[in-house]
Amino acid sequence: MAFFKLLRSSPISARIGLAMVLISILAAILAPVISPYGETQIVGDVWQSPGKDHFLGTDHLGRDLFTRLLYGARNTIAIAFATTLLSFVVGAVAGFFAATLGGWTDLSLSRMVDIIMAFPTLIFALMVLSVVGTSVTALIVVIALLDSTRVYRLSRAVAMDINALEFVEAARLRGERIWWLMRHEILPNAMPPLVAEFGLRFCFVFLFIAALSFLGLGLQPPTADWGGMVRENAGAITFGILTPLWPAGAIAFLTVGVNLIVDWFLHVASGLKETA
Amino acid sequence: MTKLLEIKNLFIEGFTGDQWLPIVNDIDMSLNKGEVLGLIGESGAGKSTLGMAAMGYTRQGCRIASGSIQFNGTELFGASKGDLRKLRGNRIAYVAQSAAASFNPAHRLVRQYAEAPVQHGLMKFAEAEREAVDIYRQLLLPDPEHIGYRYPHQVSGGQLQRAMVAMAMACRPDIIVFDEPTTALDVTTQIEVLAAIKKITSELDTAAIYITHDLAVVAQLADRIMVLRHGNLVEENDARKILAEPKEEYTRQLLSVRTIRDDKAVFRSDRDVILKVENVSASYDGSELVLQDIDISITSGRTVALVGESGSGKSTLARVITGLLPPLQGHIRFEGETLPPALASREREQLRKLQMIYQMPDTALNPRQNIRKILGRPLAFYFGMRGSVMGKRIKELLEMIELPHSYINRYPNELSGGEKQRLCIARALAAEPRLIICDEVTSALDQLVAEGILQLLQKLQNELAVSYLFITHDLATVKAISDEIVVMLRGCIVEQGIKKEILTPPHHAYTNLLLSSIPEMDPEWLDKLLEERRMA
Repeated sequence: MAFFKLLRSSPISARIGLAMVLISILAAILAPVISPYGETQIVGDVWQSPGKDHFLGTDHLGRDLFTRLLYGARNTIAIAFATTLLSFVVGAVAGFFAATLGGWTDLSLSRMVDIIMAFPTLIFALMVLSVVGTSVTALIVVIALLDSTRVYRLSRAVAMDINALEFVEAARLRGERIWWLMRHEILPNAMPPLVAEFGLRFCFVFLFIAALSFLGLGLQPPTADWGGMVRENAGAITFGILTPLWPAGAIAFLTVGVNLIVDWFLHVASGLKETA
Repeated sequence: MTKLLEIKNLFIEGFTGDQWLPIVNDIDMSLNKGEVLGLIGESGAGKSTLGMAAMGYTRQGCRIASGSIQFNGTELFGASKGDLRKLRGNRIAYVAQSAAASFNPAHRLVRQYAEAPVQHGLMKFAEAEREAVDIYRQLLLPDPEHIGYRYPHQVSGGQLQRAMVAMAMACRPDIIVFDEPTTALDVTTQIEVLAAIKKITSELDTAAIYITHDLAVVAQLADRIMVLRHGNLVEENDARKILAEPKEEYTRQLLSVRTIRDDKAVFRSDRDVILKVENVSASYDGSELVLQDIDISITSGRTVALVGESGSGKSTLARVITGLLPPLQGHIRFEGETLPPALASREREQLRKLQMIYQMPDTALNPRQNIRKILGRPLAFYFGMRGSVMGKRIKELLEMIELPHSYINRYPNELSGGEKQRLCIARALAAEPRLIICDEVTSALDQLVAEGILQLLQKLQNELAVSYLFITHDLATVKAISDEIVVMLRGCIVEQGIKKEILTPPHHAYTNLLLSSIPEMDPEWLDKLLEERRMA
């Protein structure tokens, strides 16, 4: 298969990244099987040190941290992927539309995005979430919408550059409709910067959910999510307790993994053939 | 007497991702004081690489593998960076092809002029400023006292190119390397730059290496010519000798392509007119007219050449005809019916019959589509072809443009420049058009490759009876391919008619200027021309 062929030619960094992401996903899927305790089960004292019973110690309520990390992976990864993907679909389609059609479409879309961006994102999210309630779906949609403004700007700029090239003009002269132009002429050439942005946006989503959780509008406790775990346990660091570093480390682990893969994609996508 | 520059057994290699491949192969080159050496060859011949090696420099990804580069008795290969820095810009200077891309747009010209002499500690800024006026005057720049205080975007392309020559002259170097300094210029502007270069190199007795792909240009300047191909030396001789009696077949080919092909017996006729541009005026901002009252008609199976300098409105006319820029007034009639002015309101069948080929095949082909998709899409779009019928037709198209069937899954970056342009032609042909607009289709290509493209276009016209509107600034191309000529200047048609009439005197004054500006192989041509113009 083409994918395995590509994989075999991949550099070591990409394989490490792939392994890191696979570990995270496996942890998420297998959480109920491998976790020693229940997600919300209180099993010991507050902020216990790592030991025989509790591999990574316990959190601020005395729950097993390792268990929470595994369950947290489920929520975090699924929500972050869904959010980033949605924001890219919305942002890129709108951006390509604006760049390809120009004129009023561009003007109205761009001003709309400007207005959304004029609000601090956190306040905007708070506003919307307090109206529609804090379900996971609402969370995904709201964050994706806010993120899509940045994707919109990037994809519009990239698409404008590509639109100026003659192969797009040639397709227009052939009489192609806008969907073809966007799908076949612009999108494949806009992939490299978009994929790079994907890696970056992906990790911001955890942090944003964490910030919302802190304010009580993110994932509701006792659901575990990595960003929320950092927030909940942040106080411990002042007592020299390392508990918040574990979920933070997990976020870093996944982010690095995703970005290693993205780097490889970029490399593959930027030149169809290797050049010096 | 020792030579000023002596290069011996030079090998230069470039890195291709997994291995080092030779770019320059065992070249010997020498230069005496005050001598001008012409380096000739198509792209990829290694002429720029060799020119830069004369400064002990290689581009990124290249390296000098072995050999010796002696400047005034000093070995440059393996010399320390500090020593090289003292030489470059000071004793050896470089003039690049695109002046517009080489100047810093944020600084005035004279400040960039003074950079090298001040940096090398040769003079203070104020001295350099005074010197600059002198050099500007010698380079025949208008208003030499004040032109230095302009920004790069405030002077014309030809003036900017001369300002760059002035910069190279700032330290009174022993050698200047000119890398295609006139290639991006119009013929009429090219003359100014050539005259300036010729004047200043002889007045200051500077040796020069002049790199170009145009033999006629180098004939005006060089004392000696080296012909390169694929990094190898083909032939080296005195300039006059090489022009008069080339020894190698390749040199002969380079020389022969400028000869005019036989005229086809052509008469102007009103029958079979397929495109009629009637009284068209157009503008980009609604007020300033880029095109004024243009009338053109193109007959079936004929080639009309549209000639003019950059900015004359040639490409704008193409945009009006294709519908990208609706005209302010006037009509486009195609096969008798009036085309809607805007692209969006034209029917698919109308679009199909009118195709376009672009100047830069690199940007005219989507790098993410392979040949199957590039050629398959118009077949599916216009004729609803699919599957094996489409595959068969793609193969036919590949045969027409003389590319092998095995190319069908290749991407554009796996093709050479000429092959890409052929592919663009095939894409246009896939629509089975009546008229193809060719916008400067050969100007980004090497001479021999361009010749191949012109021959292919000619062959296709004979077979398919398609008409061409051939937009170009290159009169040699016009002579080679056209049946009729339209000369444009500042948005107006100056003169039009069948080729023979236009090319035989008496000419319109502007046509005459254009025609007389085409460099000829005669080494005396530039001097004679300048003399004539001074008299007039």
